[in-house]
Amino acid sequence: MPSLLDVPRLQFVVVTQVGGERAFRRRIMEMGLVPGTAVRVVAVAPLGDPLTLELRSSKLSIRKREAALVTVRT
Amino acid sequence: MSAPRPLVAIAGNPNVGKTTLFNVLTGSHDRVGNYPGVTVERRAGDMPVRGHGKVELVDIPGTYSLVARTGEEQIALEALLGLDGERAPDAVIVCVDATQLVRGLYLVLQLLELGAPVVVALTMMDEAGDGAPDPAALARKIGCPVVPVVAHKKEGVQALEQAIAQRLHSTTRHEIWHWKPSPALAARLGPIQAALPEGWPRQEAMALWALMSVEPDDELTHIPPTLRAAATVPADEARQIDDEAIAARYAFLDREVAPLSAHEPDRSRTEQVDRVLIHPVAGLAVFLLLMFALFQALFAWAEPAIRLIEALFTRLGDLVRHVLPAGMLADFLAEGLIAGVGAVIVFLPQILLLFFFLGLLEDSGYMARVAYLVDRIMRMLNLHGRAFVPILSGFACAVPAIMATRTMERRRDRLLTMLVVPLTTCSARLPVYTLVIASLFPRRKLAGLFPVQGLLMVFMYAFGIGSALLAAALLSRTVKSLKARRLPFVIELPPYRLPRLKDVLHMMWERSRSFLSEAGTVIVAGSMILWLLLSFPRTPPAPPGAAPPEVAAQQDRERRSTQLRHSYAGQLGRAVEPALSPLGFDWKIGIGLIGAFAAREVFVSTMGVVYGVGGGADEENRSLRDKLRAERRPDGSPVYTPLVGLTLMIFFALSCQCMSTLAVVRRETSSLRWPAFLFTYMTVLAWLVSLGVYQGGRLLGFG
Repeated sequence: MPSLLDVPRLQFVVVTQVGGERAFRRRIMEMGLVPGTAVRVVAVAPLGDPLTLELRSSKLSIRKREAALVTVRT
Repeated sequence: MSAPRPLVAIAGNPNVGKTTLFNVLTGSHDRVGNYPGVTVERRAGDMPVRGHGKVELVDIPGTYSLVARTGEEQIALEALLGLDGERAPDAVIVCVDATQLVRGLYLVLQLLELGAPVVVALTMMDEAGDGAPDPAALARKIGCPVVPVVAHKKEGVQALEQAIAQRLHSTTRHEIWHWKPSPALAARLGPIQAALPEGWPRQEAMALWALMSVEPDDELTHIPPTLRAAATVPADEARQIDDEAIAARYAFLDREVAPLSAHEPDRSRTEQVDRVLIHPVAGLAVFLLLMFALFQALFAWAEPAIRLIEALFTRLGDLVRHVLPAGMLADFLAEGLIAGVGAVIVFLPQILLLFFFLGLLEDSGYMARVAYLVDRIMRMLNLHGRAFVPILSGFACAVPAIMATRTMERRRDRLLTMLVVPLTTCSARLPVYTLVIASLFPRRKLAGLFPVQGLLMVFMYAFGIGSALLAAALLSRTVKSLKARRLPFVIELPPYRLPRLKDVLHMMWERSRSFLSEAGTVIVAGSMILWLLLSFPRTPPAPPGAAPPEVAAQQDRERRSTQLRHSYAGQLGRAVEPALSPLGFDWKIGIGLIGAFAAREVFVSTMGVVYGVGGGADEENRSLRDKLRAERRPDGSPVYTPLVGLTLMIFFALSCQCMSTLAVVRRETSSLRWPAFLFTYMTVLAWLVSLGVYQGGRLLGFG
C-alpha cells in the first residue's frame, strides 16, 4: 500500500490506515485524519521536513517519518 | 454561607477566537493564576449574565480533544468536569470555528458524552460567509444550544449570554448523540468503571477516557493505581479502541453535521500568503527578515526607553539625596530602594516589545509556521520549534525571553528552553566584554585584515549560542524531567488572520503586570540585599573640610573604594578568593562578580568603585582601563593578562550572574528547585570551563 510519501504533491488521496505510535495516531486521527478522509500533501518545509497536509479544508504539519506510516489509496 | 456564584468555562480548539470572545465577555478584566500542581495558566474573569449577576468565567487552554497524555492536557478534563478539587462548571461555552465545524464539534461530542452542560459559540461566522451552517439546524443535530458570534463586533454576545442564563436554569439535556460501544470494548469498560475514583461522573464515558489516555509511559497526574492497572491494555487492542471511538464520532459528524456547511470556506488568501511564507527560498528569506526585525527591536529600539528609565531613576535618587540629609536613610532610599525599583522597571520596554511581536506572530497564525520552518534544526537539539523565538530574544535579554517560553504548552519544553536561554549572549554582557577586550587586547589586525578585538567579540557570540545549543542537547539527554519522551509532532497551520490590536495590547499588559507583581518584588528584595552587602559595615564619610572640590571628589572616591573593600561583599570576595584564584581571578574580581548579580553590566561600575574611579564608570572609562592594566599581584606580575581577560569573559558567558533571570524562572516554574538548578549548573559549568581555559592557557605558555 502506498503511503503519503509515495503520492505526488497536490494529488488528493484517501486515507486507508494510520500507523505509528499510539500517541501520534490518536492525535492526528482526533484532528480529523481518519480512514476515509481525503488528504493531500501541499508542501515540504524548506529544510526538507516536515510536510504540510491539507485535509478537511485545514492544514496540518507532520514529519516524514510519521507520514510514511499513513497508508492511502488513490 | 451563601451559594457560590455560578461558574462558566470557555473551551475550544486553538485558533478559533476563544481569547477574543473571553476578553469581550469579561470586558478584559481578568485574573491570572495557575492551576494547582502544574504551571498552566488559569485565566478567569467576571461575566454579567442577566438574573445571575456576575458569573465567573474561566478560560480553558485550547485543545482538540479531552484525551490526555500529559498533566497539562489533563487540566482541560479536570476543569471542565470538576475533578480533583476543581469545581464543576455550571455551563461550558465551547467555541467552534464555523469554517472548521467537524473538528470543533469532535470536542463538543466528547463533552456531551461526559454530560457537560454545553453551549456552542459558533465563531468565525464572517469568514464562513454564505457557507456558514444554520445554527438552529446544527443545534437540532447535536442537541445543545448553538449561538453564532462575531466577537470583535460584539455580534451575538447578548444571545450567548441569554443561552448561558437558560443553561444555568435548566438541568435537562437533550441527548441526541449517543454512542454504543462494541461488545469487546464494552467488556473492557466494565472493570475500569469499577476502578474509577469516587465523584467521577458518567462512568462509561470516563472509563473510555481512561482507556484512551492511560499508557505505560504517559505523564498524567493523580491516576489511582487500580485505575491505571485496569486501563492499561495491550498495544494492538489499544489501537483498535482508539480507532473505534474516534471513527464513531467522526462518522456521526461527517454524516449529520458536515452537510450543513454549504461549501468549503474560502482559503484563497491564506493560500496566496503561504505561497510566499512557506516557500523554500522566499519563506526562509521572510523568516530571517522578520526574526532580524524582532531582534533589532529588542536590541536597539528598546534602548532609548531603557536609557530614559535609567536616567529617571538616577535623577530620582539624586533628588532624594538632595532633599534628605546625607546618611544611611538617604543611601538606603537612593541606592537600595529606588535603584531596586528602577532595576525592575527597566525590563518593561523589552517585555512590552517582545510580547507585542509575540502577539502579532501568534494571532496572525505565523508562529505555527515558525515552528514548521525550524523544526528540522530544533528537533536535533530536542527543542520545540516554538523555542526559537525565546532563544533569539535571549540575545537581547533573558528575562523577557524566559517569559516568552509560555508559547509552548508542554512543561518539559518550557523548562528546557528556560534553562538554556541564559547562556545566549544577552546585551548586559556586552559592557563586560567591551571593558575586558578594550583594556587587555591589542588593537592589532590579524593577518593585516581582521581586527583582534572584533574577532573576539564575534567569538563570544558564537560561544554563547554554541553553549546554549550544546546545553539543550545534553540536558535533554541527561536530566530526567527534561528527557524528550517522543511526542508526536502534529501542528495545525491555521489560516492567516489579522491580529486584533486590543487582544495584543491586553496580553502585553497582562504579562507586564504579572512580571511586576511576581518577579518584580523578588528583584527589588534582591537589590536591597545586594545593597546591604555592598555598603555595610559603613565607613564614616570624611568630615566636611575646606578641601577644594576636586580634592574632595578624589577623597570621596577613595572613601567609597575603601568602604566597598571592607564591606560584606568585600569580605565575601576575599572568602571566595581560594575558589577564584585557580581561574586567575583575585578578590577584587570576586567583589565585581557579587555586584554583577544585580545585572551583569554592574560588574563594570563595581570595578570602578573598587579601583577608586567612581561608580559612574562605564566600559569606555579610560582611567578604569588604565587601572586594570596597571594592577599588579604581590609578585609584581600583572593581574589582568589577556588570558585572565579571556577567562573572565568565558566565566561571564556561562555563569548565571543575574538575579532577575533567577527571579523570573522562579515565577514561570512556580518553584525554587528550577532556579536553584539553573544557578548551580551554570555556575559549575562556568567554573570548570574557566578553569580549563586559564590552566590550559598557562600550560601553553600564555599569561
